[in-house]
Amino acid sequence: MIPGTFDYFRPRSVAEATKFLHKSKNASVLAGGHSLLPMMKLRVAAPSALVDLAGIAALRGIKKVGGNIVIGAMTTQHEVLASALIAKHVPLLHEAAQLIADPQVRYVGTLGGNVANGDPGNDMPAVMMALDATYKITGPTKRRAVKARVFYKGLYETALKSGEIVTAIEIPVPGKHGFAYEKLKRKIGDYATAGAAVVLTMKAGKVSACAIALTNLGATPLLADAAAKALVGQAPDDKAIGAAVAAARAIMDPANDTRGTPEYRKSVGGIYVERAIRCAIAAAAG
Amino acid sequence: MNDMSPNKAEREAKLEGMGCKRKRVEDARFTQGKGNYVDDIKLPGMLFGDFVRSPHAHARIKGINIKKAMKVPGVLAVLTATELKGVNLAWMPTLAGDVQMVLADGKVLFQNQEVAFVVATDRYAAADGVEAVEVDYEALPVLVDPFQAMVKGAPVLREDIKDKTEGAHGKRKHYNHIFEWTVGDKDLTDAAFRKADVTIKELISYHRTHPSPLETCQAVASFDKIKGELTVWGTFQAPHVIRTVASLISTIPEHKIHVISPDVGGGFGNKVGAYPGYICAIVASIVTGKPVKWVEDRIENLTATSFARDYHMTAEIAATKEGKVQGLRVHVLADHGAFDACADPSKWPAGFFNIVTGSYDFPVAHVAVDGVYTNKAPGGVAYRCSFRVTEAAYCIERAMDILAQKLKMDPAELRMKNFIRREQFPYQSALGWEYDSGDYHTAMKQAMEKIDYQRLRAEQKRKQADFKAGKTREIMGIGVSFFTEIVGAGPSRNCDILGIAMFDSCEIRVHPTGSAIARVGTKSTGQGHETTWAQIIATEIGIPSADVMVEEGNTDTAPYGLGTYGSRSTPVAGAAIAMAARKIKAKAQMIAAYMLEVHEDDLQFDIDGFRVKGLPEKFKSMKEIAWAAYHSVPPGMEPGLEAVSYYDPPNMTYPFGAYFCVMDIDVDTGVYKIKRFYALDDCGTRINPMIIEGQVHGGLTEAFAIAMGQEIRYDAGGNVLTGSFMDFFMPTAVETPHWETDHTVTPSPHHPIGAKGVGESPNVGGVPAFSNAVNDAFGFLGSTHIQMPHDYWRNWEAAKSLGLVK
Ligand SMILES: Cc1cc2nc3c(=O)[nH]c(=O)nc-3n(C[C@H](O)[C@H](O)[C@H](O)COP(=O)(O)OP(=O)(O)OC[C@H]3O[C@@H](n4cnc5c(N)ncnc54)[C@H](O)[C@@H]3O)c2cc1C
Repeated sequence: MIPGTFDYFRPRSVAEATKFLHKSKNASVLAGGHSLLPMMKLRVAAPSALVDLAGIAALRGIKKVGGNIVIGAMTTQHEVLASALIAKHVPLLHEAAQLIADPQVRYVGTLGGNVANGDPGNDMPAVMMALDATYKITGPTKRRAVKARVFYKGLYETALKSGEIVTAIEIPVPGKHGFAYEKLKRKIGDYATAGAAVVLTMKAGKVSACAIALTNLGATPLLADAAAKALVGQAPDDKAIGAAVAAARAIMDPANDTRGTPEYRKSVGGIYVERAIRCAIAAAAG
Repeated sequence: MNDMSPNKAEREAKLEGMGCKRKRVEDARFTQGKGNYVDDIKLPGMLFGDFVRSPHAHARIKGINIKKAMKVPGVLAVLTATELKGVNLAWMPTLAGDVQMVLADGKVLFQNQEVAFVVATDRYAAADGVEAVEVDYEALPVLVDPFQAMVKGAPVLREDIKDKTEGAHGKRKHYNHIFEWTVGDKDLTDAAFRKADVTIKELISYHRTHPSPLETCQAVASFDKIKGELTVWGTFQAPHVIRTVASLISTIPEHKIHVISPDVGGGFGNKVGAYPGYICAIVASIVTGKPVKWVEDRIENLTATSFARDYHMTAEIAATKEGKVQGLRVHVLADHGAFDACADPSKWPAGFFNIVTGSYDFPVAHVAVDGVYTNKAPGGVAYRCSFRVTEAAYCIERAMDILAQKLKMDPAELRMKNFIRREQFPYQSALGWEYDSGDYHTAMKQAMEKIDYQRLRAEQKRKQADFKAGKTREIMGIGVSFFTEIVGAGPSRNCDILGIAMFDSCEIRVHPTGSAIARVGTKSTGQGHETTWAQIIATEIGIPSADVMVEEGNTDTAPYGLGTYGSRSTPVAGAAIAMAARKIKAKAQMIAAYMLEVHEDDLQFDIDGFRVKGLPEKFKSMKEIAWAAYHSVPPGMEPGLEAVSYYDPPNMTYPFGAYFCVMDIDVDTGVYKIKRFYALDDCGTRINPMIIEGQVHGGLTEAFAIAMGQEIRYDAGGNVLTGSFMDFFMPTAVETPHWETDHTVTPSPHHPIGAKGVGESPNVGGVPAFSNAVNDAFGFLGSTHIQMPHDYWRNWEAAKSLGLVK
């Protein structure tokens, strides 16, 4: 449980950071280190250098800019949880942050690290997909923005190119909506056996808009598009919800691990999708 | 009475003796981060050792190349089996009469087996050196399923003994067979089964798990070439045994070996045995002439040092149709891993598994245990239980439930019907033990009243009806467990470790001013000995426990003892402490008689001193007597006030208890909720009720973990799937249920203070309570036995196999 040797770099600005990343072969961005360092201790990750973003003040903080909530990548999960702005405008994020790890991890682990990590067990990616968030990215030469919904490519594979840093997460403030994040875990500090995020709007007794995303039920977080479509335009009765659950199950492809067999995780994944939908409907109606 | 002196109650309270909820004295340093653990030891010039471990479960080693490793800055030496052979230490004896590779000799037999030991100037360099060692493996077929160990054509694991037909415990039936151990009367038992109205038979598996103490196994070895002396600081539960073993397998005489267990952060059986890490640190220190530290990480601890359980028990009960048990027959397939490194008393290859008749009056019984080798880590230690007692308790408590189900009887009622009755003690069990004392009916009745058992059963009936009517997806289980343990190993006539009788010891020195130091042969790993040992002395000789310093763990100063495990500290060392104290008291009485100018028979002990019978104002306090012991002893008497006692217990002790668990399970998700857990313990005389409660809480938490998900799981290739706390279930305070504790007191008749040992009861009794609750929940739907662990997905699998999942 001891990492190999590496260099350590603590830039003062994003420009300095990207420059260094660009120059060095096989350097890694270090945020809170709560995913990266365990991998390095196992020597699964062996970066030649760490570029620690902790010294870049511009990467921290939560603001409302027009119709968006903008969260700096280095904002800790604890800060997300403690933010009145987030509790008010994106309560789903508040709810999900509570279900991540334990207080010790949340004091140090960052939102940017959680979304950039590319581990299907991370909770924030599905939440960001459900909220249709956009990741602001700065590379050595240019800036770009990538939607969470298209960011995740495979196990530990994201749209980030070498030398790029996620600087902020931008979330459009949803109108009046119902939401839920339902997560099954074995204990405090555990990743999801199955998790489901739902954001939904009701109009005249029918679902007018809906987004559903899944945690740890495939190699990447999954946007359950067909499941959401099965609800939109429908009165949320057992039949419609049943169809949504079935559509969500159809895209699940969970790993076989100590949390259970794929068969179990799909079964329970569907149940958690159903719970999240019902919870969101109740909230939206209320 | 001498009314000038404070009243009796006040004087007694001042002693903080037995029965007092005295605060733990060791906590002052532990809660302030001032404990002194092995990893806190830093010596000038100290080096660090780290292991190259096998990624394979079974492979031949075709070559080890250390060239690159030796070039890593800071790396000073790399030990392999070749180097160890030079000092005759490539293999070491195990406590179970087998031998074990210290470093892989020609092949590896389990994943993460020690292959080479890299010694470097610091931990980081050692870890880099480990990365740089190149090992050429040729993979061999892997054997993980113990049921496949003895089939024809199974892979040969132990080539070193493949042709040996005799093992340490008799005949071997197959090259992967270790021993067969039988006990009981087979013919009579078979006859009972032939005559029985009702029989049950079930394969009850107790999965492999691990004690996983918070502090892993570690050692610092320092060899002084000039003096020829070796000092080893280590996480040892039995430091004296380690010293003797070290002397026997090295050429260093025992008086030149100093073994020290400093503060130890939990043991639970994991720190009883001897590990390659200790040997390699010692050899490396001899080779380099510098102190060498070895510290295991969590993955190494979980995957390479001693596991627990892995017992596959086929249990059969014969009974009358009224539910009187007539016979018990158990066959155990015991998976010992790659080497037989069980930490049992030497003559007991299956520990005290023959306590499997439990709390019930079985007229006849027969047990046979087959131990086999597999490509898994060695061990088989008593994880917070006396040797194999928790396996036995689980086996009989599950089997009794299965019998109750078959007879359509309430499981508590079936137990009541078959309990050994109070008047039967001392009771000779069909499998050879003499139970010292017990009052099972009283304990069970008290427990059933406290939890309102009948009301719970009525509630369960309603819920079952609701479930069948489709009104709920939750099922409710009530787990009943009534366990009897056998602890306090043990009497020299049947217990030894490598030929050393399993006594324990205490030395007490009372200082002139009336305070004292007590040194004991046990070693607390968190049990609070510094607190409770002083309480025994306080009550026995009348000096406040706060004035007694307790010291353990240094083989130079402590009298020889066999250590702490198997709930033996209080039954054995606790007795030695009382006996040593009584020697002091006897001498004190003589001194007091001299001081008071009476015959010693005219004195009576009164809380904190001696009083002349009939003349209550004539009194000498222990403080005064202690001073006199160094100043004006009776003519002809040696000065001083010291005593040593080595206690060879006449029998084991038999703590017991009644545990109940109430649980709801959602059949669609397998998620359970523990609604209540009630534990009544009878450990005889209670020395410190607060510590007892703490021990019960801790043990129940372990039982909860084990029953509900904690396991060492292997895939078919012999890879460990649960090698970190991410997957190895270690519950936090959030998951842990609320514990309701209770007690009865049935003192041990043969123990000087009547105490029986409690540390392990909750683990032993708790596991069956949880498992029986799960099984009880599913029982009305047609299942008879569901294997542990009962984690969410397996509960769901159980529901699915009963056709309950939509
Ligand atoms: C015991 C434990 C339990 C946990 N449980 C959960 C859980 O239940 N749910 C959950 O979601 N997470 C869980 N985590 C993970 C935790 O939330 C991590 O903090 C998070 O995954 C990563 O954030 P970090 O700031 O620590 O990132 P780091 O570990 O520093 O980085 C993670 C990865 O992201 C990259 N990275 C980080 N920041 C950026 C950036 N701004 N731009 C580009 N790349 C970046 C790094 O290079 C690295 O590859 C747990 C962790 C632990 C130790």
